[in-house]
Amino acid sequence: MTVTKEAPPAAPVTELKVRKASTRKRLVPYWLLLPGILWLVVFFALPLVYQASTSVQTGSLEKGFEVTWHFQTYWDALKDYYPQFIRSLLYAGTATLLCLLLGYPLAYLIAFKAGRWRNVVLVLVIAPFFTSFLIRTLAWKTILADGGAVVDVLNTLHILDVTSWLGWTESNRVLATPMAVVCGLTYNFLPFMILPLYTSLERIDGRLHEAAGDLYATPATTFRKVTFPLSMPGVVSGTLLTFIPASGDYVNAELLGSTDTKMVGSVIQTQFLRVLDYPTAAALSFILMAVVLIMVTVYIRRSGTEDLV
Amino acid sequence: MPVLRWIRRNLIVIAGLLTLAYLILPNVVVMVFSFNKPNGRFNYAWQHFSLDAWKDPCGVADMCGSLSLSLQIATWATIGATVLGTMISFALVRYRFRARGAINSLIFLPMAMPEVVMAASLLTLFLNMGAQLGFWTILIAHVMFCLSFVVTAVKARVMSMDPRLEEAARDLYAGPVQTFLRVTLPIAAPGIAAGALLAFALSFDDFIITNFNAGSTVTFPMFVWGSAQRGTPVQINVIGTAMFIIAVLVVVAGQLIANRRKNSAR
Repeated sequence: MTVTKEAPPAAPVTELKVRKASTRKRLVPYWLLLPGILWLVVFFALPLVYQASTSVQTGSLEKGFEVTWHFQTYWDALKDYYPQFIRSLLYAGTATLLCLLLGYPLAYLIAFKAGRWRNVVLVLVIAPFFTSFLIRTLAWKTILADGGAVVDVLNTLHILDVTSWLGWTESNRVLATPMAVVCGLTYNFLPFMILPLYTSLERIDGRLHEAAGDLYATPATTFRKVTFPLSMPGVVSGTLLTFIPASGDYVNAELLGSTDTKMVGSVIQTQFLRVLDYPTAAALSFILMAVVLIMVTVYIRRSGTEDLV
Repeated sequence: MPVLRWIRRNLIVIAGLLTLAYLILPNVVVMVFSFNKPNGRFNYAWQHFSLDAWKDPCGVADMCGSLSLSLQIATWATIGATVLGTMISFALVRYRFRARGAINSLIFLPMAMPEVVMAASLLTLFLNMGAQLGFWTILIAHVMFCLSFVVTAVKARVMSMDPRLEEAARDLYAGPVQTFLRVTLPIAAPGIAAGALLAFALSFDDFIITNFNAGSTVTFPMFVWGSAQRGTPVQINVIGTAMFIIAVLVVVAGQLIANRRKNSAR
Protein backbone atom coordinates (compact mmCIF):
# COMPACT_ATOMS: atom_id res chain seq x y z
CA MET A 1 0.00 0.00 0.00
CA THR A 2 2.69 2.44 0.99
CA VAL A 3 4.73 1.42 -2.02
CA THR A 4 1.96 2.17 -4.46
CA LYS A 5 1.29 5.45 -2.64
CA GLU A 6 4.87 6.59 -2.99
CA ALA A 7 5.41 5.39 -6.51
CA PRO A 8 3.17 7.76 -8.50
CA PRO A 9 4.81 11.05 -7.41
CA ALA A 10 8.19 9.69 -8.45
CA ALA A 11 7.52 10.13 -12.17
CA PRO A 12 6.73 13.88 -12.13
CA VAL A 13 9.79 14.54 -9.98
CA THR A 14 12.18 13.02 -12.49
CA GLU A 15 10.34 14.76 -15.29
CA LEU A 16 10.76 18.04 -13.45
CA LYS A 17 14.42 17.28 -12.92
CA VAL A 18 14.88 16.60 -16.60
CA ARG A 19 13.09 19.79 -17.52
CA LYS A 20 15.19 21.73 -15.00
CA ALA A 21 18.39 20.23 -16.37
CA SER A 22 17.43 21.09 -19.94
CA THR A 23 16.56 24.67 -18.94
CA ARG A 24 19.90 24.90 -17.23
CA LYS A 25 21.58 23.55 -20.33
CA ARG A 26 19.77 26.04 -22.51
CA LEU A 27 20.99 28.83 -20.30
CA VAL A 28 24.65 27.77 -20.47
CA PRO A 29 25.57 29.98 -23.46
CA TYR A 30 23.93 32.99 -21.81
CA TRP A 31 25.90 32.47 -18.60
CA LEU A 32 29.09 32.12 -20.64
CA LEU A 33 28.35 35.33 -22.55
CA LEU A 34 27.01 37.40 -19.69
CA PRO A 35 30.13 38.77 -17.96
CA GLY A 36 32.09 39.61 -21.12
CA ILE A 37 29.15 41.06 -23.01
CA LEU A 38 28.11 43.06 -19.95
CA TRP A 39 31.64 44.45 -19.81
CA LEU A 40 31.45 45.53 -23.46
CA VAL A 41 27.97 47.00 -23.06
CA VAL A 42 28.88 49.04 -19.98
CA PHE A 43 32.39 50.12 -20.95
CA PHE A 44 32.17 50.26 -24.74
CA ALA A 45 28.56 50.79 -25.93
CA LEU A 46 27.26 52.89 -23.04
CA PRO A 47 30.20 55.34 -23.28
CA LEU A 48 29.28 55.95 -26.92
CA VAL A 49 25.81 56.96 -25.77
CA TYR A 50 27.31 59.24 -23.13
CA GLN A 51 29.58 60.74 -25.73
CA ALA A 52 26.66 61.39 -28.08
CA SER A 53 24.85 63.11 -25.24
CA THR A 54 27.92 65.15 -24.26
CA SER A 55 28.32 66.37 -27.82
CA VAL A 56 24.94 68.16 -27.72
CA GLN A 57 25.47 69.72 -24.29
CA THR A 58 26.35 73.31 -23.54
CA GLY A 59 27.73 74.87 -20.42
CA SER A 60 31.04 75.34 -18.70
CA LEU A 61 33.18 73.42 -16.24
CA GLU A 62 32.16 75.68 -13.35
CA LYS A 63 28.42 75.76 -14.03
CA GLY A 64 28.20 72.21 -15.31
CA PHE A 65 27.00 70.91 -18.66
CA GLU A 66 23.43 70.39 -19.75
CA VAL A 67 21.84 68.69 -22.74
CA THR A 68 20.49 71.50 -24.90
CA TRP A 69 20.49 69.71 -28.26
CA HIS A 70 23.02 72.23 -29.43
CA PHE A 71 23.93 70.67 -32.79
CA GLN A 72 25.78 73.83 -33.71
CA THR A 73 28.77 72.28 -31.88
CA TYR A 74 29.19 69.80 -34.72
CA TRP A 75 29.14 72.52 -37.33
CA ASP A 76 31.58 74.70 -35.37
CA ALA A 77 33.91 71.77 -34.73
CA LEU A 78 33.98 70.90 -38.42
CA LYS A 79 34.49 74.53 -39.40
CA ASP A 80 37.38 74.97 -36.99
CA TYR A 81 39.08 71.63 -37.45
CA TYR A 82 38.35 70.43 -40.97
CA PRO A 83 42.04 70.80 -41.98
CA GLN A 84 43.02 68.33 -39.25
CA PHE A 85 40.26 65.99 -40.37
CA ILE A 86 41.28 66.00 -44.02
CA ARG A 87 44.92 65.67 -42.99
CA SER A 88 44.15 62.64 -40.80
CA LEU A 89 42.35 60.83 -43.60
CA LEU A 90 45.03 61.81 -46.10
CA TYR A 91 47.95 60.72 -43.90
CA ALA A 92 46.21 57.50 -42.86
CA GLY A 93 45.32 56.72 -46.47
CA THR A 94 48.85 57.38 -47.70
CA ALA A 95 50.33 55.28 -44.90
CA THR A 96 47.91 52.44 -45.70
CA LEU A 97 48.90 52.52 -49.37
CA LEU A 98 52.60 52.56 -48.46
CA CYS A 99 52.06 49.69 -46.02
CA LEU A 100 50.46 47.66 -48.80
CA LEU A 101 53.26 48.44 -51.26
CA LEU A 102 56.01 47.71 -48.72
CA GLY A 103 54.27 44.87 -46.92
CA TYR A 104 53.21 42.82 -49.92
CA PRO A 105 56.71 41.84 -51.08
CA LEU A 106 57.70 40.89 -47.53
CA ALA A 107 54.53 38.82 -46.98
CA TYR A 108 55.14 37.16 -50.36
CA LEU A 109 58.75 36.49 -49.41
CA ILE A 110 57.72 34.83 -46.13
CA ALA A 111 54.98 32.76 -47.75
CA PHE A 112 56.79 31.48 -50.86
CA LYS A 113 60.51 32.26 -50.83
CA ALA A 114 61.77 32.04 -47.26
CA GLY A 115 61.92 28.24 -47.02
CA ARG A 116 63.47 27.21 -43.74
CA TRP A 117 64.01 30.87 -42.82
CA ARG A 118 60.26 31.44 -42.68
CA ASN A 119 59.93 31.33 -38.89
CA VAL A 120 62.99 33.52 -38.40
CA VAL A 121 61.59 36.22 -40.70
CA LEU A 122 58.16 35.95 -39.04
CA VAL A 123 59.75 36.47 -35.63
CA LEU A 124 61.64 39.49 -37.00
CA VAL A 125 58.34 40.96 -38.21
CA ILE A 126 56.58 40.44 -34.88
CA ALA A 127 59.53 41.15 -32.56
CA PRO A 128 59.49 44.97 -32.92
CA PHE A 129 56.03 44.82 -31.33
CA PHE A 130 57.66 43.97 -28.06
CA THR A 131 59.60 47.17 -27.73
CA SER A 132 57.19 49.88 -26.64
CA PHE A 133 56.00 51.62 -29.81
CA LEU A 134 56.62 55.04 -28.27
CA ILE A 135 60.30 54.21 -27.82
CA ARG A 136 60.51 52.98 -31.42
CA THR A 137 58.75 56.07 -32.70
CA LEU A 138 61.25 58.21 -30.80
CA ALA A 139 64.03 56.29 -32.58
CA TRP A 140 62.77 57.81 -35.85
CA LYS A 141 63.76 61.19 -34.44
CA THR A 142 67.34 59.95 -34.47
CA ILE A 143 67.06 58.31 -37.89
CA LEU A 144 65.49 61.32 -39.60
CA ALA A 145 67.49 63.90 -37.62
CA ASP A 146 68.64 67.07 -39.41
CA GLY A 147 72.06 66.47 -40.91
CA GLY A 148 71.74 62.72 -40.28
CA ALA A 149 72.63 60.01 -42.78
CA VAL A 150 69.10 59.64 -44.20
CA VAL A 151 68.66 63.35 -44.82
CA ASP A 152 72.17 63.55 -46.34
CA VAL A 153 71.48 60.74 -48.79
CA LEU A 154 68.08 62.15 -49.78
CA ASN A 155 69.73 65.54 -50.25
CA THR A 156 72.56 64.19 -52.39
CA LEU A 157 70.09 62.33 -54.58
CA HIS A 158 68.05 65.57 -54.86
CA ILE A 159 65.00 63.68 -53.62
CA LEU A 160 64.40 66.31 -50.96
CA ASP A 161 64.20 68.98 -53.66
CA VAL A 162 61.31 67.12 -55.26
CA THR A 163 59.53 66.36 -51.99
CA SER A 164 59.94 69.94 -50.75
CA TRP A 165 58.49 71.18 -54.01
CA LEU A 166 55.52 68.89 -53.38
CA GLY A 167 55.22 70.22 -49.84
CA TRP A 168 56.00 66.91 -48.18
CA THR A 169 59.26 68.07 -46.65
CA GLU A 170 61.15 71.28 -46.09
CA SER A 171 64.46 71.83 -47.82
CA ASN A 172 67.19 70.04 -45.83
CA ARG A 173 64.64 68.81 -43.35
CA VAL A 174 62.53 65.66 -42.95
CA LEU A 175 61.71 65.81 -39.25
CA ALA A 176 58.64 67.91 -38.37
CA THR A 177 57.23 67.55 -41.88
CA PRO A 178 54.30 65.52 -43.29
CA MET A 179 56.77 62.98 -44.68
CA ALA A 180 58.12 62.19 -41.20
CA VAL A 181 54.59 61.65 -39.87
CA VAL A 182 53.57 59.39 -42.76
CA CYS A 183 56.87 57.53 -42.41
CA GLY A 184 56.15 56.94 -38.71
CA LEU A 185 52.55 55.87 -39.34
CA THR A 186 53.65 53.47 -42.08
CA TYR A 187 56.29 52.00 -39.82
CA ASN A 188 53.98 51.64 -36.82
CA PHE A 189 51.18 49.81 -38.63
CA LEU A 190 53.21 47.78 -41.14
CA PRO A 191 53.03 44.52 -39.14
CA PHE A 192 49.21 44.82 -39.10
CA MET A 193 49.38 44.73 -42.90
CA ILE A 194 52.00 42.02 -43.27
CA LEU A 195 50.41 39.40 -41.00
CA PRO A 196 46.96 39.21 -42.67
CA LEU A 197 48.63 39.32 -46.11
CA TYR A 198 50.92 36.48 -45.12
CA THR A 199 48.01 34.41 -43.76
CA SER A 200 46.03 34.68 -46.98
CA LEU A 201 49.09 34.16 -49.24
CA GLU A 202 50.18 31.10 -47.27
CA ARG A 203 46.82 29.43 -47.96
CA ILE A 204 47.34 29.60 -51.73
CA ASP A 205 48.12 26.23 -53.26
CA GLY A 206 51.57 26.42 -54.86
CA ARG A 207 50.38 24.17 -57.69
CA LEU A 208 48.16 27.01 -58.92
CA HIS A 209 51.33 28.94 -59.80
CA GLU A 210 52.69 25.93 -61.67
CA ALA A 211 49.38 25.50 -63.49
CA ALA A 212 49.41 29.15 -64.54
CA GLY A 213 52.98 28.72 -65.78
CA ASP A 214 52.04 25.57 -67.69
CA LEU A 215 49.32 27.58 -69.39
CA TYR A 216 51.99 30.01 -70.65
CA ALA A 217 51.24 32.80 -68.18
CA THR A 218 54.24 35.04 -67.53
CA PRO A 219 55.14 35.53 -63.86
CA ALA A 220 53.56 38.99 -64.03
CA THR A 221 50.31 37.59 -65.44
CA THR A 222 50.30 34.81 -62.87
CA PHE A 223 50.58 37.39 -60.13
CA ARG A 224 47.87 39.61 -61.63
CA LYS A 225 45.38 36.85 -62.42
CA VAL A 226 46.05 34.23 -59.74
CA THR A 227 48.08 35.31 -56.73
CA PHE A 228 46.72 38.80 -56.13
CA PRO A 229 43.00 37.96 -56.46
CA LEU A 230 43.46 35.03 -54.07
CA SER A 231 45.16 37.29 -51.53
CA MET A 232 42.30 39.81 -51.55
CA PRO A 233 40.98 38.79 -48.08
CA GLY A 234 44.42 39.61 -46.66
CA VAL A 235 44.53 42.90 -48.57
CA VAL A 236 41.12 43.92 -47.23
CA SER A 237 41.74 43.05 -43.59
CA GLY A 238 45.30 44.42 -43.76
CA THR A 239 44.19 47.78 -45.11
CA LEU A 240 41.42 47.99 -42.50
CA LEU A 241 43.78 47.08 -39.64
CA THR A 242 46.15 49.80 -40.86
CA PHE A 243 43.76 52.58 -41.83
CA ILE A 244 41.48 52.50 -38.77
CA PRO A 245 44.12 52.93 -36.08
CA ALA A 246 46.17 55.30 -38.27
CA SER A 247 43.23 57.66 -38.76
CA GLY A 248 42.86 58.23 -35.03
CA ASP A 249 46.54 58.18 -34.15
CA TYR A 250 48.13 61.28 -32.74
CA VAL A 251 51.38 59.87 -31.39
CA ASN A 252 53.29 60.05 -34.69
CA ALA A 253 51.93 63.49 -35.52
CA GLU A 254 52.96 64.83 -32.10
CA LEU A 255 56.36 63.17 -31.84
CA LEU A 256 57.58 63.41 -35.44
CA GLY A 257 55.51 66.30 -36.79
CA SER A 258 55.02 69.97 -36.09
CA THR A 259 51.98 72.16 -35.43
CA ASP A 260 51.33 72.07 -39.19
CA THR A 261 50.93 68.29 -39.18
CA LYS A 262 48.46 67.94 -36.29
CA MET A 263 45.89 65.21 -36.84
CA VAL A 264 42.35 65.06 -35.50
CA GLY A 265 43.41 62.75 -32.65
CA SER A 266 45.63 65.54 -31.28
CA VAL A 267 42.72 67.97 -31.36
CA ILE A 268 40.40 65.57 -29.53
CA GLN A 269 43.06 64.91 -26.92
CA THR A 270 43.81 68.60 -26.39
CA GLN A 271 40.14 69.59 -26.21
CA PHE A 272 39.40 66.80 -23.77
CA LEU A 273 42.40 66.83 -21.47
CA ARG A 274 43.70 70.40 -21.63
CA VAL A 275 41.03 72.81 -22.88
CA LEU A 276 38.32 70.76 -21.13
CA ASP A 277 35.81 71.69 -23.83
CA TYR A 278 33.98 68.37 -23.58
CA PRO A 279 31.17 69.03 -26.11
CA THR A 280 33.57 69.97 -28.91
CA ALA A 281 35.83 67.01 -28.15
CA ALA A 282 32.86 64.62 -28.06
CA ALA A 283 31.50 66.02 -31.33
CA LEU A 284 34.89 65.66 -33.05
CA SER A 285 35.28 62.12 -31.78
CA PHE A 286 31.76 61.27 -32.95
CA ILE A 287 32.40 62.65 -36.43
CA LEU A 288 35.65 60.67 -36.65
CA MET A 289 33.85 57.50 -35.62
CA ALA A 290 31.07 58.06 -38.17
CA VAL A 291 33.50 58.84 -40.99
CA VAL A 292 35.62 55.77 -40.29
CA LEU A 293 32.65 53.43 -39.91
CA ILE A 294 31.05 54.67 -43.13
CA MET A 295 34.31 54.35 -45.05
CA VAL A 296 34.90 50.86 -43.66
CA THR A 297 31.38 49.69 -44.49
CA VAL A 298 31.50 51.04 -48.05
CA TYR A 299 34.94 49.52 -48.53
CA ILE A 300 33.89 46.09 -47.27
CA ARG A 301 30.75 46.14 -49.47
CA ARG A 302 32.77 47.18 -52.50
CA SER A 303 35.44 44.55 -52.08
CA GLY A 304 32.70 41.95 -51.70
CA THR A 305 34.24 40.14 -48.77
CA GLU A 306 31.53 40.86 -46.25
CA ASP A 307 31.66 37.46 -44.63
CA LEU A 308 35.38 37.71 -43.93
CA VAL A 309 35.30 40.32 -41.21
CA MET B 1 73.75 42.74 -68.10
CA PRO B 2 73.80 39.75 -65.72
CA VAL B 3 73.58 41.99 -62.65
CA LEU B 4 70.39 43.63 -63.89
CA ARG B 5 68.93 40.27 -64.77
CA TRP B 6 69.74 38.95 -61.31
CA ILE B 7 68.07 42.00 -59.74
CA ARG B 8 65.00 41.54 -61.93
CA ARG B 9 64.70 37.90 -61.06
CA ASN B 10 65.03 38.54 -57.33
CA LEU B 11 63.09 41.78 -57.22
CA ILE B 12 60.52 40.50 -54.71
CA VAL B 13 63.17 39.12 -52.36
CA ILE B 14 65.12 42.38 -52.48
CA ALA B 15 61.99 44.48 -51.88
CA GLY B 16 60.93 42.19 -49.03
CA LEU B 17 64.32 42.38 -47.35
CA LEU B 18 64.30 46.19 -47.66
CA THR B 19 60.92 46.28 -45.90
CA LEU B 20 62.32 43.99 -43.22
CA ALA B 21 65.23 46.40 -42.76
CA TYR B 22 62.75 49.29 -42.43
CA LEU B 23 60.94 47.33 -39.71
CA ILE B 24 64.07 46.40 -37.79
CA LEU B 25 66.02 49.67 -38.10
CA PRO B 26 64.33 51.51 -35.18
CA ASN B 27 64.97 48.54 -32.89
CA VAL B 28 68.65 48.61 -33.83
CA VAL B 29 68.74 52.34 -33.12
CA VAL B 30 67.04 51.82 -29.73
CA MET B 31 69.60 49.13 -28.89
CA VAL B 32 72.66 51.12 -30.01
CA PHE B 33 71.51 54.25 -28.20
CA SER B 34 71.11 52.34 -24.95
CA PHE B 35 74.94 52.51 -24.85
CA ASN B 36 75.04 56.24 -25.50
CA LYS B 37 76.16 58.96 -23.13
CA PRO B 38 74.22 61.98 -24.36
CA ASN B 39 75.33 65.54 -23.74
CA GLY B 40 71.99 67.16 -23.02
CA ARG B 41 68.69 65.91 -21.75
CA PHE B 42 67.74 64.22 -25.02
CA ASN B 43 69.16 60.94 -26.26
CA TYR B 44 68.83 61.61 -29.99
CA ALA B 45 72.43 62.19 -31.11
CA TRP B 46 75.36 59.79 -30.62
CA GLN B 47 78.12 61.00 -28.27
CA HIS B 48 80.17 58.37 -26.41
CA PHE B 49 79.94 54.68 -25.68
CA SER B 50 78.95 54.04 -22.09
CA LEU B 51 77.49 51.27 -19.94
CA ASP B 52 76.12 53.69 -17.32
CA ALA B 53 72.45 53.18 -18.15
CA TRP B 54 72.76 49.39 -18.17
CA LYS B 55 74.50 49.45 -14.77
CA ASP B 56 71.75 51.58 -13.25
CA PRO B 57 68.51 50.86 -15.13
CA CYS B 58 66.32 52.33 -12.39
CA GLY B 59 68.44 55.45 -11.98
CA VAL B 60 65.70 57.69 -13.33
CA ALA B 61 63.07 58.99 -10.94
CA ASP B 62 59.65 57.29 -11.32
CA MET B 63 60.56 55.18 -14.35
CA CYS B 64 60.72 51.75 -12.71
CA GLY B 65 57.61 52.57 -10.69
CA SER B 66 55.71 53.21 -13.90
CA LEU B 67 57.17 50.05 -15.41
CA SER B 68 55.99 47.89 -12.52
CA LEU B 69 52.56 49.54 -12.66
CA SER B 70 52.32 48.74 -16.37
CA LEU B 71 53.32 45.13 -15.72
CA GLN B 72 50.69 44.80 -12.99
CA ILE B 73 47.95 46.30 -15.14
CA ALA B 74 48.96 44.15 -18.12
CA THR B 75 48.90 41.00 -15.95
CA TRP B 76 45.45 41.66 -14.50
CA ALA B 77 44.03 42.88 -17.82
CA THR B 78 45.36 39.73 -19.50
CA ILE B 79 43.76 37.47 -16.89
CA GLY B 80 40.44 39.32 -17.06
CA ALA B 81 40.26 39.56 -20.84
CA THR B 82 41.41 35.95 -21.35
CA VAL B 83 38.83 34.47 -18.96
CA LEU B 84 35.93 36.57 -20.27
CA GLY B 85 37.05 36.21 -23.90
CA THR B 86 37.46 32.43 -23.70
CA MET B 87 33.97 32.08 -22.21
CA ILE B 88 32.50 34.18 -25.04
CA SER B 89 34.39 32.18 -27.69
CA PHE B 90 33.06 28.86 -26.41
CA ALA B 91 29.52 30.23 -26.30
CA LEU B 92 29.83 31.57 -29.85
CA VAL B 93 31.24 28.38 -31.36
CA ARG B 94 29.44 25.69 -29.37
CA TYR B 95 25.94 26.97 -28.74
CA ARG B 96 22.98 28.33 -30.65
CA PHE B 97 21.29 31.31 -29.04
CA ARG B 98 19.43 34.48 -29.81
CA ALA B 99 20.98 37.83 -30.74
CA ARG B 100 24.08 36.17 -32.17
CA GLY B 101 24.45 38.85 -34.85
CA ALA B 102 24.23 41.69 -32.36
CA ILE B 103 26.78 40.02 -30.10
CA ASN B 104 29.16 39.43 -33.00
CA SER B 105 29.04 43.09 -33.97
CA LEU B 106 29.49 44.18 -30.35
CA ILE B 107 32.70 42.15 -30.32
CA PHE B 108 33.85 43.35 -33.74
CA LEU B 109 33.18 47.08 -33.24
CA PRO B 110 35.93 47.83 -30.68
CA MET B 111 38.46 46.57 -33.24
CA ALA B 112 36.93 48.74 -35.98
CA MET B 113 37.08 51.97 -34.05
CA PRO B 114 39.96 54.41 -33.75
CA GLU B 115 41.41 54.16 -30.26
CA VAL B 116 40.95 57.83 -29.56
CA VAL B 117 37.15 57.48 -29.98
CA MET B 118 36.97 54.68 -27.41
CA ALA B 119 39.29 56.62 -25.12
CA ALA B 120 37.26 59.82 -25.28
CA SER B 121 33.87 58.12 -24.89
CA LEU B 122 35.03 56.02 -21.94
CA LEU B 123 36.28 59.18 -20.28
CA THR B 124 32.86 60.83 -20.68
CA LEU B 125 31.34 57.82 -18.92
CA PHE B 126 33.82 58.00 -16.05
CA LEU B 127 33.39 61.77 -15.73
CA ASN B 128 29.61 61.43 -15.68
CA MET B 129 29.80 58.75 -13.01
CA GLY B 130 32.27 60.78 -11.00
CA ALA B 131 34.70 57.86 -11.00
CA GLN B 132 38.17 58.40 -9.54
CA LEU B 133 40.59 58.05 -12.48
CA GLY B 134 43.56 55.78 -11.80
CA PHE B 135 44.52 52.11 -11.59
CA TRP B 136 40.96 50.77 -11.75
CA THR B 137 39.78 52.91 -14.65
CA ILE B 138 42.90 51.92 -16.62
CA LEU B 139 42.29 48.25 -15.85
CA ILE B 140 38.62 48.47 -16.90
CA ALA B 141 39.61 50.12 -20.19
CA HIS B 142 42.33 47.57 -20.92
CA VAL B 143 40.08 44.56 -20.31
CA MET B 144 37.51 46.22 -22.61
CA PHE B 145 39.79 46.65 -25.63
CA CYS B 146 41.73 43.39 -25.16
CA LEU B 147 38.54 41.32 -24.97
CA SER B 148 37.71 41.38 -28.69
CA PHE B 149 41.21 40.33 -29.66
CA VAL B 150 41.17 37.39 -27.25
CA VAL B 151 37.78 36.29 -28.63
CA THR B 152 39.13 36.40 -32.19
CA ALA B 153 42.21 34.33 -31.30
CA VAL B 154 40.41 31.71 -29.21
CA LYS B 155 37.43 31.41 -31.56
CA ALA B 156 39.67 30.48 -34.47
CA ARG B 157 41.17 27.64 -32.45
CA VAL B 158 37.91 26.31 -30.99
CA MET B 159 36.31 26.38 -34.44
CA SER B 160 39.00 24.14 -35.90
CA MET B 161 38.56 21.64 -33.05
CA ASP B 162 37.14 18.23 -33.90
CA PRO B 163 33.95 17.83 -31.80
CA ARG B 164 34.28 14.05 -32.13
CA LEU B 165 37.18 14.11 -29.67
CA GLU B 166 34.85 15.34 -26.94
CA GLU B 167 32.20 12.83 -27.97
CA ALA B 168 34.82 10.10 -27.71
CA ALA B 169 35.72 11.27 -24.20
CA ARG B 170 32.05 11.16 -23.21
CA ASP B 171 31.68 7.69 -24.72
CA LEU B 172 34.56 6.62 -22.51
CA TYR B 173 32.54 7.72 -19.46
CA ALA B 174 34.27 11.03 -18.79
CA GLY B 175 31.95 13.51 -17.05
CA PRO B 176 31.37 16.97 -18.51
CA VAL B 177 33.89 18.55 -16.15
CA GLN B 178 36.49 15.89 -16.82
CA THR B 179 35.93 16.15 -20.58
CA PHE B 180 36.39 19.90 -20.43
CA LEU B 181 39.53 19.83 -18.28
CA ARG B 182 41.29 16.87 -19.91
CA VAL B 183 40.22 17.16 -23.55
CA THR B 184 38.68 20.51 -24.49
CA LEU B 185 40.97 22.84 -22.57
CA PRO B 186 44.29 21.23 -23.64
CA ILE B 187 43.23 21.39 -27.30
CA ALA B 188 42.10 25.01 -27.01
CA ALA B 189 45.21 25.96 -25.02
CA PRO B 190 47.32 27.28 -27.95
CA GLY B 191 44.50 29.63 -28.98
CA ILE B 192 44.02 30.80 -25.41
CA ALA B 193 47.77 31.30 -25.01
CA ALA B 194 47.93 33.31 -28.24
CA GLY B 195 45.00 35.45 -27.09
CA ALA B 196 46.59 36.02 -23.70
CA LEU B 197 49.95 36.98 -25.23
CA LEU B 198 48.23 39.42 -27.56
CA ALA B 199 46.26 40.91 -24.66
CA PHE B 200 49.42 41.34 -22.60
CA ALA B 201 51.28 43.04 -25.45
CA LEU B 202 48.33 45.32 -26.26
CA SER B 203 47.76 46.30 -22.66
CA PHE B 204 51.42 46.82 -21.82
CA ASP B 205 51.98 49.01 -24.87
CA ASP B 206 48.75 50.98 -24.84
CA PHE B 207 49.11 54.71 -24.75
CA ILE B 208 46.09 56.52 -26.20
CA ILE B 209 43.30 54.93 -24.14
CA THR B 210 45.44 54.94 -21.01
CA ASN B 211 46.38 58.58 -21.45
CA PHE B 212 42.71 59.59 -21.43
CA ASN B 213 41.64 57.46 -18.48
CA ALA B 214 44.65 57.45 -16.16
CA GLY B 215 44.12 60.69 -14.25
CA SER B 216 47.44 61.42 -12.58
CA THR B 217 48.59 57.77 -12.63
CA VAL B 218 51.62 57.21 -14.89
CA THR B 219 52.15 53.97 -16.78
CA PHE B 220 55.37 53.18 -18.65
CA PRO B 221 54.15 54.37 -22.09
CA MET B 222 52.94 57.56 -20.43
CA PHE B 223 56.35 58.00 -18.82
CA VAL B 224 57.99 57.68 -22.24
CA TRP B 225 55.51 60.17 -23.69
CA GLY B 226 56.26 62.65 -20.91
CA SER B 227 59.99 62.20 -21.33
CA ALA B 228 59.69 63.06 -25.03
CA GLN B 229 58.82 66.54 -23.79
CA ARG B 230 61.05 66.76 -20.70
CA GLY B 231 64.11 64.85 -21.86
CA THR B 232 64.66 61.21 -22.75
CA PRO B 233 66.84 59.26 -20.29
CA VAL B 234 69.05 56.52 -21.78
CA GLN B 235 67.37 54.07 -19.38
CA ILE B 236 64.26 54.10 -21.62
CA ASN B 237 66.36 52.48 -24.33
CA VAL B 238 67.70 49.95 -21.84
CA ILE B 239 64.15 48.89 -20.94
CA GLY B 240 63.16 48.80 -24.62
CA THR B 241 66.16 46.64 -25.51
CA ALA B 242 65.60 44.30 -22.57
CA MET B 243 61.94 43.86 -23.52
CA PHE B 244 62.95 43.06 -27.08
CA ILE B 245 65.52 40.46 -26.00
CA ILE B 246 63.14 38.83 -23.49
CA ALA B 247 60.40 38.62 -26.13
CA VAL B 248 62.71 37.03 -28.70
CA LEU B 249 63.96 34.54 -26.09
CA VAL B 250 60.37 33.60 -25.16
CA VAL B 251 59.46 33.09 -28.82
CA VAL B 252 62.58 31.00 -29.49
CA ALA B 253 62.00 28.90 -26.35
CA GLY B 254 58.38 28.33 -27.37
CA GLN B 255 59.49 27.27 -30.83
CA LEU B 256 62.04 24.84 -29.37
CA ILE B 257 59.46 23.29 -27.05
CA ALA B 258 56.99 22.94 -29.92
CA ASN B 259 59.66 21.31 -32.09
CA ARG B 260 60.65 18.86 -29.38
CA ARG B 261 57.00 17.91 -28.86
CA LYS B 262 56.58 17.35 -32.55
CA ASN B 263 59.69 15.16 -32.65
CA SER B 264 58.68 13.09 -29.62
CA ALA B 265 55.18 12.69 -31.06
CA ARG B 266 56.76 11.11 -34.09
